[in-house]
Amino acid sequence: MKEINELIIPDELKYTQQHEWAENGDTVKVGVTDYAQDQLGDIVFVELPEVGDSFEKGDECATLESVKAVSEMYSPVSGEVVEINEDLEDEPGYINEDPYSKGWIFKIKLSDKTELESLMNKDDYLNMLKGA
Amino acid sequence: MLNDKLTGLVLDEPLLWEKGSPGRSGISVPESLVPEAETDKDLTWEGPDFPELCEVDVVRHFTRLSTWNFGIDTGMYPLGSCTMKYNPKLNEKTASMEGFASSHPLIPDSLSQGALHMMYELQNYLSEITGMDAFTLQPAAGAHGELCGMLIFNAYHQKKGVKKNKIIIPDTAHGTNPASCSLCGLKPVGVTSGKDGVLHPEDVLKVMDDDTAGIMITNPNTLGLFEKNIKEIADIVHEKGGLVYCDGANMNAVMGVVDMKKIGVDVIHLNLHKTFSTPHGGGGPGAGPVGVVKELEPFLPVPRIIKSDDMFVLESDFNDSIGKLHAFHGNFGVLVKAYTYILSMGNKLYDVSKIAVLNANYIKEMLKDTLHLPYDQPCMHECVFSDKTLHDYKVTTFDLAKRLLDYGFHPPTVYFPLVVSGAIMVEPTESESRREIDKFIEAVKQIAGEAKTDPDLLHDAPLNTKVKRLDETLAAKKPQLAG
Amino acid sequence: MHYIPHTQQDIDSMLSAAGLNSEDDIFKGIPEELKRKTKLDLHDPMTEWDILEKMKQLSSKITSSENKTVFLGAGSYCHNIPSVVPYLISRSEFSTAYTPYQPEVSQGTLQAVYEYQTLTARLLGMEIANASMYDGGSSLAEALLMSLRINKKRNKVAVSDAVNPLYKKVVETYFAPTDFEVVYIPVNEQGRTDLSALDNTGDLASIAVQSPNFFGIIEDNEAVSEYAKENNALFVSCFSEPFAFGLYKPAGLYDADIVCGEGQSMGIPQSFGGPGLGMFAAKKKYIRSMPGRLCGQTVDKDGKRGFVLTISTREQHIRREKATSNICSNQGLCATTSAIFMSCLGKTGLRKIAAQNHDKAVYLKNELIKCGFEDTFKGSPFFNEFVLKAPQGFDLLWEKLRCENVIAGLNIEKNYTNLSNNYLFCVTEAYSKKNIDNFIQMIKNGGKLYA
Repeated sequence: MKEINELIIPDELKYTQQHEWAENGDTVKVGVTDYAQDQLGDIVFVELPEVGDSFEKGDECATLESVKAVSEMYSPVSGEVVEINEDLEDEPGYINEDPYSKGWIFKIKLSDKTELESLMNKDDYLNMLKGA
Repeated sequence: MLNDKLTGLVLDEPLLWEKGSPGRSGISVPESLVPEAETDKDLTWEGPDFPELCEVDVVRHFTRLSTWNFGIDTGMYPLGSCTMKYNPKLNEKTASMEGFASSHPLIPDSLSQGALHMMYELQNYLSEITGMDAFTLQPAAGAHGELCGMLIFNAYHQKKGVKKNKIIIPDTAHGTNPASCSLCGLKPVGVTSGKDGVLHPEDVLKVMDDDTAGIMITNPNTLGLFEKNIKEIADIVHEKGGLVYCDGANMNAVMGVVDMKKIGVDVIHLNLHKTFSTPHGGGGPGAGPVGVVKELEPFLPVPRIIKSDDMFVLESDFNDSIGKLHAFHGNFGVLVKAYTYILSMGNKLYDVSKIAVLNANYIKEMLKDTLHLPYDQPCMHECVFSDKTLHDYKVTTFDLAKRLLDYGFHPPTVYFPLVVSGAIMVEPTESESRREIDKFIEAVKQIAGEAKTDPDLLHDAPLNTKVKRLDETLAAKKPQLAG
Repeated sequence: MHYIPHTQQDIDSMLSAAGLNSEDDIFKGIPEELKRKTKLDLHDPMTEWDILEKMKQLSSKITSSENKTVFLGAGSYCHNIPSVVPYLISRSEFSTAYTPYQPEVSQGTLQAVYEYQTLTARLLGMEIANASMYDGGSSLAEALLMSLRINKKRNKVAVSDAVNPLYKKVVETYFAPTDFEVVYIPVNEQGRTDLSALDNTGDLASIAVQSPNFFGIIEDNEAVSEYAKENNALFVSCFSEPFAFGLYKPAGLYDADIVCGEGQSMGIPQSFGGPGLGMFAAKKKYIRSMPGRLCGQTVDKDGKRGFVLTISTREQHIRREKATSNICSNQGLCATTSAIFMSCLGKTGLRKIAAQNHDKAVYLKNELIKCGFEDTFKGSPFFNEFVLKAPQGFDLLWEKLRCENVIAGLNIEKNYTNLSNNYLFCVTEAYSKKNIDNFIQMIKNGGKLYA
């Protein structure tokens, strides 16, 4: 397990308490953070949503499986899924290797752009991790 | 300590289809003497691609495979909540007697009196041991028994005309508990155990309401502690029209000590492959009989074994029965073994519990200075440690377990219950002598010492087994389930 | 003391080391008021010799199939089991081992299970099989629940009326607390499932047909498969007699999605109905919806081949209330037994013996017809079992035969009200021509072997 100061937390993204991240914009990529992938261990399978699925913020939208555990992913924002990262079907490990780039999970078109403002920025997320 | 074993007699062996020769067979085909019948060529085929082995091939193959296994007959197997006690060989002999082993389940009652008589008596024995009023022997495993119990809960409430959709489950519950509830449309509602490792009435009171079917409690619980507030908790649940289910997996601790009905339990399942010495078989078969209080008797699965004058009879005329969980009567062969065990032990089952609990308390006291003991209080038949003190050396419960394999012990249960981080649950059972237990204690102490001085021995363990640590990630990522 | 090694000296020394004053202190973790006030009201321990005596007496009061006078099938079958099988399975390394959660010391169990999975998949014509379920009945129930998980948007399943009535009861029990619906598909005059009756049932998650069915008849798997595909339903095929697949094509060859049933015929003693063996196979694409344990191949740190339980995240100990099933203990040792048996059979053994089963069943059937029985489902292909309408008054003869420990088939009118006075007969390779001829003679002689 990584120490908190070893975790990668990009400046430009937004974060949730459940360790998801979202880009800024109207149609954004989302995924799980370095902390989440580190806790889960080697990811062996990802159950992705389908293009066209609609989620409210906080809805279960995907599941990540490691050998010994399953983790639900909760949608950081409300909207409609417009694209999924199909690479994860053959290479679920991308989430471990590169959770913010190669390991993106799906792209969602926001139904309420103000939701992004209520998410945490890098500093708030880091503080939350330190306090945990 | 480490050199308690010999090497050189464990041989490798390929997969079945990697050996053999076309045309070989290992079975004696009976003479036919009847005419060959015609078949529809469209519907038939040459048969599956099975390996072709002669008898010697088969015997060598499985004999070698067996040498790669550690069983109770090999050594101590202190798996918490599994009760890996000695499996008496007498039980095997009785279960293979012709009448028991070679009978068809649908022969008329008059021709199966021996079987029905045995089952009837077994039901009575289990009633006496647990204090419950009536039993079914049909469930094929503990989880099957839990399903049976939840179905009985549903049937009871339905008969009363009330709809319940929740059930209270403690944080220390075995995974089968919530899974069984889900199968019955009951949503698990969690309740957290107190700092003393047991449930508290006020916490149950907070979540118990009119929509709750009841509570599913394990007693003794998976921390090896007796749920001392169970009577009050049962009263709270009963007060709001709920029922109390007891997961009886840990019955080995309390036979002849506690009457489950008197402490408020309405439905209980037992694991015959745990408490009653039937073999685990590498995963099964087990048996999960379910006992109920009189009021719930009408809901038991059918057919039931009842006595009618001097005969034992299979009776299905029970309108309120939940139905059938197994096509026939459950794992009958397992029932014969458990019955034989009860004949062997009789009222000495109390001593079984007494020694099981003594053994666990002994281990607790002797290891509490070596491993972290989260609950330093009298335990029942098992005790739980954690790997807290090993963290400084970057050693985990997993490493400790793997290193125990090198010392010739099967590891205890690890990472369960979830309420203890890095849990190590040790259940010696009454079968282990003081000498065996002392060897185990010594091994754990040595390994804890190795953690400080040479932690890589633990990180790389096991070193002496047939295979080293296996790549479980690969197995899950690219599943290969058939050859 | 039976099976407890402690001497009084051991107990006393351990008491003091455990910080306990006396034996009375052992249970001090339990509040006094919750303890039993009375001792267990059970007998004193019996000796091994008295127990053997008692068990022999009980065992002798059960009619054994070894007499070869019990002509019953209906889900439990008397087959020849080579002595090698009970011999090997009695090795305590197999029988006294736990579930292989510590794979390094369980490679024996794990490789045997992997071999069982492989042979089962091949027998059923499927891609993957699991490490076992409890029995044929509960396997069918779990298969239907699995189909509802896969076909999430549907809440109905169809089950053929020709499925074993006991399996149907188990399905009903499992489905009772759910919001799912089970519709039954009637049987036609040939004793096969009448799919046309489904035309107005609406969207089905799956269609379940047993083959050979309860009447011993081979169903039209091709038609069921096509129908299921056309209606976007899963094709679930179940069975109670897997020996059939040594002769007849298994449902896997007809693109079945799930094939499950009772594997007792594959080397497991009848044992009054249990323990049995729930065989369960499916298409690989459904792997994450499957219940039960799965054993997979992998390598160890040194690159050596080894086996582990895998995709465990489906199971109760990880997924808890979201698990694919609540199953924990399965029929592990029975699966190993079956692997040993199937190894003994081999390709040629299985084919020869399956064919002989069929030859003997045809022979018995023809002889019974000569005695005045009528072929209820004339012309339908069958295996081991068949339904005949008995001559008038046969029920009295049946009773007479019962008194001689001869069971002349199973009267099925309780479960199929339109088939009054119909009996389900079964015979396997284990019955010699002489056994069959004696049986026929007894029927001709009105219940006695010699007139």
